Amino acid sequence: MTLALDKPRAPRRPSARRSNFELASWLFMRISGLALIVLVLGHLLIMNILDGGVHRINFAFVAGRWSSPFWQFWDLSMLWLAEIHGGNGLRTVINDYARKDATRFWLKIMLYVSMVLILALGSYVIFTFDATIPTTN
Amino acid sequence: MGGTPISKSISDVGGLLPMSDSAVATEQVPPRGSRRTGTLYRGDPGMWSWVAHRITGVLTFFFLFAHVLDTALVRVSPNAYDEIIGTYKTPVVNLLEVGLVGAVLYHALNGLRVMLVDFWSRGPKFQKPMLWTIIGIWVVVMVPGAYFMLERTARDLFGGN
Repeated sequence: MTLALDKPRAPRRPSARRSNFELASWLFMRISGLALIVLVLGHLLIMNILDGGVHRINFAFVAGRWSSPFWQFWDLSMLWLAEIHGGNGLRTVINDYARKDATRFWLKIMLYVSMVLILALGSYVIFTFDATIPTTN
Repeated sequence: MGGTPISKSISDVGGLLPMSDSAVATEQVPPRGSRRTGTLYRGDPGMWSWVAHRITGVLTFFFLFAHVLDTALVRVSPNAYDEIIGTYKTPVVNLLEVGLVGAVLYHALNGLRVMLVDFWSRGPKFQKPMLWTIIGIWVVVMVPGAYFMLERTARDLFGGN
């Protein structure tokens, strides 16, 4: 990664920098952040604070919530927005603090692999949830 | 990311210029090359709000990783899920949940402040009063929040009715 700086008063940017990815990333953090304020604070309020909080959560509680498409959609949106928002934040942190190109590369590979794993597993669980799954020992 | 006033003391890093911060403006400028006093940038509250935003964000991201894995146990069996959720109800983890809610709430409130700094024309001018405001809101929400989260655990641990 080399940082190409414009010459002072350069009329146009070097062609290598003509991607707007970082602008899109910056904007995404703000838009998803706004949605996550509702989704995550609502989730924490219901799951941790109201009506006994975490002590009333069990399989039956989850089955009751995911019988409603509203909460399925809530949780799926929250999963995707939070994972991409958090992953993009961690990408920024890695870019800021990793000193060697190789370290930065491998940390980001680990980050992207974990994001794909979590998004795939979480989506799979929401889409295939089965309230009648048998109890095991 | 965003909204952090860092420009003020960049020129102070080398200790070549006196600090412009009012708290130290009356101090004597240390002799050139002295590293002992006055040349370390200790930060505006805006910088610390940015540090706290990063730390709470990274911690929340790691928790999300663990949380999706534990929730995935609903696809294994009801008792596998109930068992892992049981750890969330233990006193130590219950206390960590208060920390999680506090971290997420700070990140949410400060994120709003960053957006106001970025998009509101008068946001940069009010960044510091907005920081005190979100800290005030955080305390007002966390005191009853922590009470409801810990009530059951405190009752189980210390008796009562």
